[in-house]
Amino acid sequence: MCCKGCEAVAKAIIDAGMGDYYKFRTENAPTGRELVPDFLQQISIYDNETVQGSFVRRDTTAAADEREADLILEGITCAACIWLNERHLAALPGVLEVAINYTTHRARVKWDNSQIRLSEILAAVSRIGYLAHPYDPNRQQQLLEQERRRHIRRLGLAGVLGMQVMMIAVALYLGAFSGIEEHFRQFFHWVSLGLTLPVMLYSAQPFFRTAWRDVRRLQAGMDVPVSIGILVAFAGSVYATFTGHGEVYYDSVCMFVFFLLTGRYFELVARKRAAEASETLVRSVPAMATRLGSNNEETLVAVAELIVGDRVRVRPGETVPADGLILEGQSSMDESLLTGESLPVKRGRHERVVGGAINIESPLLIRIEQVGQDTVLSSILRLLDRAQTEKPRITQLADRTAAWFVFAVLLLAGSVAAYWWQVDPAHWLPITVSVLVVTCPCALSLATPTAVTAATGKLIVSGLLATRGHALETLARATHIVFDKTGTLTHGTLNLVASEVSKGHDVDACLAIAAALETGSEHPIARAIRHKAGTNGLPAVEIRNTPGAGLKGQVNGQRYWLGTPLFVEQQSGQKYDSRALQTLRASGNTVIALGNGQAVLALFAFGDTLRDDAAEAVAALKAAGKQVVLLSGDHLAVAQHVAGKIGIDEVYGDLLPGEKLAHVRHLQKQGAVVAMVGDGINDAPVLAAAQVSIAMGGGTQLAAASADMLLLSDRLTGLVEGLNMAKRMLWVIRQNLFWALTYNLLALPAAAAGYIAPWMAALGMSASSLIVVGNALRLLRNKRN
Amino acid sequence: MEVLYLLIPVAMLLVAVIVAVFFWAVRSGQFDDLEGPAHRIIMDDDKPKKDE
Repeated sequence: MCCKGCEAVAKAIIDAGMGDYYKFRTENAPTGRELVPDFLQQISIYDNETVQGSFVRRDTTAAADEREADLILEGITCAACIWLNERHLAALPGVLEVAINYTTHRARVKWDNSQIRLSEILAAVSRIGYLAHPYDPNRQQQLLEQERRRHIRRLGLAGVLGMQVMMIAVALYLGAFSGIEEHFRQFFHWVSLGLTLPVMLYSAQPFFRTAWRDVRRLQAGMDVPVSIGILVAFAGSVYATFTGHGEVYYDSVCMFVFFLLTGRYFELVARKRAAEASETLVRSVPAMATRLGSNNEETLVAVAELIVGDRVRVRPGETVPADGLILEGQSSMDESLLTGESLPVKRGRHERVVGGAINIESPLLIRIEQVGQDTVLSSILRLLDRAQTEKPRITQLADRTAAWFVFAVLLLAGSVAAYWWQVDPAHWLPITVSVLVVTCPCALSLATPTAVTAATGKLIVSGLLATRGHALETLARATHIVFDKTGTLTHGTLNLVASEVSKGHDVDACLAIAAALETGSEHPIARAIRHKAGTNGLPAVEIRNTPGAGLKGQVNGQRYWLGTPLFVEQQSGQKYDSRALQTLRASGNTVIALGNGQAVLALFAFGDTLRDDAAEAVAALKAAGKQVVLLSGDHLAVAQHVAGKIGIDEVYGDLLPGEKLAHVRHLQKQGAVVAMVGDGINDAPVLAAAQVSIAMGGGTQLAAASADMLLLSDRLTGLVEGLNMAKRMLWVIRQNLFWALTYNLLALPAAAAGYIAPWMAALGMSASSLIVVGNALRLLRNKRN
Repeated sequence: MEVLYLLIPVAMLLVAVIVAVFFWAVRSGQFDDLEGPAHRIIMDDDKPKKDE
């Protein structure tokens, strides 16, 4: 159950006797029902519309009743399981799309609700031996913890018993050299068998279970050769124990299992760590919120129960439960989780706050505007998930290779066994076992996904969100970085760029008065003034607004006018400096004046300003060997002026959106790989045409952005970090694939020729997987420079 | 050397005890956080209280 609200609804359905209706519908899952009856009784509840509200997204634009949900899968152990589930689900009538993430064990399923029910999909998953639940962060935490505990028990048992078996094995080896009484040898064999049995029955279970699943479905997973190796070695040893002839390999069996489990354990930990960024985001949504009733009485409710229009109190230190509008209060918010911006942001009355931000200073009263699936945080998480679910081309290749590889290994092991049976019957068993174990393609299938997950996870911390699987790969290969001007290289908002103050007055004092007058206004210029002046606490009274012209009010007992120079001149009867006005207006800026009864005190010019780090980012991109281009819809002169300031040589101005598109297409025809950076709204077609698109993602625009990557922090240098990370990621993937292939190519002939003992094979295989995972985890560390 | 027939069963008994204790430790959550305790031990919070 995903929340208390759902639990209550579900209970109500059962109490109302409607549970029978659902039972009737899930009858087609006899196997699963035997396995997990409670679970299957529960899943029908997920068909309920109200229950689905919290985790199912509906596509209202589509003709059919299309729905999409995230599911967690239990029982996923390797890349082959992903493949199996994807195929199985995609084959169901009514299921439109399936994509499964190995790192987070989440499946994204899209289905046509008129053809198939969610419960039928869940039941279908259980039929092939897995369990699926709708995704809910708390539950996933629990699952991971359970899986880890089970894993540690298996590992510990294999380790303790394996040591005993090896101790006895040493006695047996020594006995083989210096002679041992037959009855002692027999006794040691039996003791070893007794000690190995729990390892086979408990510790090695996951391998057998996965292998059996694969065999039943006529597929070759990584665990098939591993299981055959373990079983063959164990069976040979048992035979030797009962007949009293031949060698025993109990020590090797225990070691395989122990090393394989160690490898899997580190993989589990690595997955957990690499996915930490998205998990941190999930956990940042609070479970409870303080809701105010009609008489302002406070009640503690589950966040999932909040609806649009609810009023919520957020105390300092608390997390904002959902996106909303501040009704009362002013405070600074820590939005670092969402934007990567480490400095707190000031938010006051009538400003928006996003769910997941932390209130730092003072209590706020917020009206909820968006809940659940509609919040900014939810959409970031969905975008992140999409990136991690979509496999880069290079991974798809590796997956196919691995499946093909396993078949080849099984064939080869068969022929090696046959050959050694003819040549040297005493050694066929250990050699075949070595071949099976040494060639496990775990490393090959782990090489890319671990690197991609680590890289995207690391980048979101620095404010760059990759929403598509291929984004980083393509960014690393990009030859041209194309920038849009407004909103990308510049802030896209008005800022104070110049001011002209009459003699005897101070700019800051004038700004403070202006800010006091504009306190309640949401006009862009008012915001720019307040932004520049900061909060100074000057009170203004009797404020009167004349729309489109300006306003008047009293500050410190004196009357002031603020607005267009003409308005101020008419109202105050004082002249402004027209020469100064002309200079300020020359570069296309908007000018407003501040005056009192005695004089026009100041003229402020507002315009769009360059981002502080634009020049730095452009220089770094150029240094990385990228061609930097500016395409602007503005006048060529303005574009050139901006380009000159930040060091872009290739400038094109006066472009209509269609012409920008044509320009990008032209570059692509010449073989360029184009990365387009835009503000995500007016550049949509150009962003779509570029091989990789990066959108500036300020606040609420996020959800609409269709870009491959989002710069959440609005820092252009984040792009440079992304580029560096992408390059490192590609390099790590190549290293990993190279290592995995080399290892297999070298180890296979050696094992087939009989140079590798079974225990060495187990060690080598685990080591190669660990090296691959460890190498990918290097991406999480900060680069030394 | 016939004493081995006594010693090895004793050893196996010990192993059984070890495994039982280990499983208990896992169940009681002692393996839930393998990194935290390493850091926690360095942080002194058991300094003798200063006199007021």
